[in-house]
Amino acid sequence: MSAVHPTSVAPTSDAALTGGDVSAAGRRGVDLAGTLRSAVMAALLMFGLAVPILLLRTEQGPGGGLILIPRWNLVLVCCGLVFLARLAIGLLGGDQGLFSRARTRKATITVSADPAKQSGFRFAAVATPLFVGAAVAFPLIVYLLKGGLAESRYWIDLGILILTYVMLGWGLNIVVGLAGLLDLGYVAFYAVGAYSYALLSTTFGLSFWICLPLAGILAAFWGILLGFPVLRLRGDYLAIVTLAFGEIIRLVLINWVDVTGGGAGISSIPRVTFFGIPFTAGEEGFAARFGLEFNPMQRVVFLYYLILVLALITNLVTIRLRRLPIGRAWEALREDEIACRSLGINTTNTKLTAFAIGAMFGGFAGSFFATRQGFISPESFNFLESATILAIVVLGGMGSQVGVAVAAIAMVAGPELLRNLGFLRAVFGEGFDPNEYRLLLFGLAMVAMMVWRPRGLISVREPSVVFRERKSISGSLVKEGHG
Amino acid sequence: MSVAGINVLVEETRAAEKARTAPLLSVRGVETYYGNIIALKGVDLDVHEGEIATLIGANGAGKSTLMMTICGNPRARRGRIVFDGRDITNLSTHEIARLRIAQSPEGRRIFPRMTVYENLQMGASLDNFAHFNDDLERMLAIFPRLKERLHQRGGTMSGGEQQMLAIARALMARPRLLLLDEPSLGLAPLIVKQIFAVIRELNERDGMTVFLVEQNAYHALKLAHRGYVMVTGTITMTGTGKELLANPQVQAAYLEGGRH
Repeated sequence: MSAVHPTSVAPTSDAALTGGDVSAAGRRGVDLAGTLRSAVMAALLMFGLAVPILLLRTEQGPGGGLILIPRWNLVLVCCGLVFLARLAIGLLGGDQGLFSRARTRKATITVSADPAKQSGFRFAAVATPLFVGAAVAFPLIVYLLKGGLAESRYWIDLGILILTYVMLGWGLNIVVGLAGLLDLGYVAFYAVGAYSYALLSTTFGLSFWICLPLAGILAAFWGILLGFPVLRLRGDYLAIVTLAFGEIIRLVLINWVDVTGGGAGISSIPRVTFFGIPFTAGEEGFAARFGLEFNPMQRVVFLYYLILVLALITNLVTIRLRRLPIGRAWEALREDEIACRSLGINTTNTKLTAFAIGAMFGGFAGSFFATRQGFISPESFNFLESATILAIVVLGGMGSQVGVAVAAIAMVAGPELLRNLGFLRAVFGEGFDPNEYRLLLFGLAMVAMMVWRPRGLISVREPSVVFRERKSISGSLVKEGHG
Repeated sequence: MSVAGINVLVEETRAAEKARTAPLLSVRGVETYYGNIIALKGVDLDVHEGEIATLIGANGAGKSTLMMTICGNPRARRGRIVFDGRDITNLSTHEIARLRIAQSPEGRRIFPRMTVYENLQMGASLDNFAHFNDDLERMLAIFPRLKERLHQRGGTMSGGEQQMLAIARALMARPRLLLLDEPSLGLAPLIVKQIFAVIRELNERDGMTVFLVEQNAYHALKLAHRGYVMVTGTITMTGTGKELLANPQVQAAYLEGGRH
């Protein structure tokens, strides 16, 4: 057998018990009652969820006290929508619903024999230049669409935010996706990078370009420092200790007022310069030197391209490292630590380098964050940040670079888009603010992911080396729980 | 030739003599504990260069513990393990592996999400990829199945194929000593035969030194030059494979009364 044949995975046991080869079409008529029943169940469940979450709205009364306003119509509309959606899913043959009683999930997974048809490879091959091209052209496109630099500020800022998270996601991907070390405290290194730049530049007047590598080195040092005590830990225990580490860093930043300024943070951090030339309106400024008209947006566009370059460096380094012995050792470590040792891999060094390199990129991103904001405080480095970055890595499909980028866009841009869904007011009434439902929708998206893509958006792992021909197998064919 | 040169020559000759007489691996009085529970109660065992030595015993006798102790995880609390004249008792696992002791651990432990090719590459990293292409061709010749599966993920293969991969991965490191922990575990009799045939071939053709831990006493003893029987953490019997096969006690305990 020189190619992977279409592989049939055996039907689930209950399907086999009830006569495995009954086709989905054959039982559709019988299933109508079942579908209705599960639709009712779904609506009831929605009702149960909606009553505590959606029903009551608080508003300030005339006397300053709070008034509770019940919103039964909203609750009922939601239940109705869920009922109809479940019914539609059941009738359209998609029997993979959460509440499906007869599990007639189609159990045949076909693996194409033709490497060119492997969607994973094609997707990655097409997506990478597409993404890079789109990212490079983004400010120009926004400029043309919005008809001015000042008008496109919001979109370029959003682009910077997304790219920051893409970079953080790629950095954490080294630790979590490649080396398989579940790190819940990644924001600590982001904070170390940000505070390194802020303190070095405000205290010693060092420029951003000197501080950037220093911040990376310091963050990597802290990565090693975290790595030592957790060398023996894996999985849940590792997650708890790294979570604690993230909190310790934040609490130290809050309480060490003499150095870090405490909760008030550090302000007036020097802005980024064009390799020494400041973005100011004066004689020595960027615009004057290059014969341009001064525009404060020049700095923002420069920041955009700066973070784009930093993110691409992270990506290139990761891709390169994956092909080197150390990268392969990371992946092998994720798969089986004992086997790694018996193959002569020093697991201590392997883990520490994963922590250090992941932390280094977090540090770069942190110092970028500090120079962009001009102000940092411990508030920016709470656990929610770690959780968001980890969610980006997990959503993207651990270990997949393109997947992480897609997930970062979805996670950062998605909530922003919700701000612009004003038309929903027409459906839910004047007082409806789609912004309030961001987390709800976020949760729904997470549940949907778990049902349909439990291994992340892009779960195909590209082999780092190929011999004669390329071929890959979807992650869904390998047992769960590995990576 | 200078005096120093002659001295080197003399030393080399001595070392070669020593290698001929001293065993490649010698385990002396090794005691291993899991917490306070003693698992190995002073084990003595030798594996000579170019031979197949096998350790048989019932479940829980300590066979795999001995194999893991040789690899340094867990460490022996007492006793000495010497490999090629070097005390390896207190070395860490990866350092022991770098002395070219390759292990195919119990339960195979291949890398499931990596392809067969990448798995083999991981094995060759110890050898610094010096002979990677030659070794790869050799492995694919020994295990033609792996050639068919070269770009498949390890985890998607059958148990027998995974076992072949585990052995091939260990061999990619060009080991001086190959440790095999229950290669027949959970495999169909036909596959077991194939795997034992491969072990014999490796030994006869390439002179590979093999230390084999097995439950399948009949196959293992038939193959082995030297056999050890382990009962609750101590070696109770030693002899050539043939001697042990003919031994009535061994027959009664491990060979269903010789009805094989």
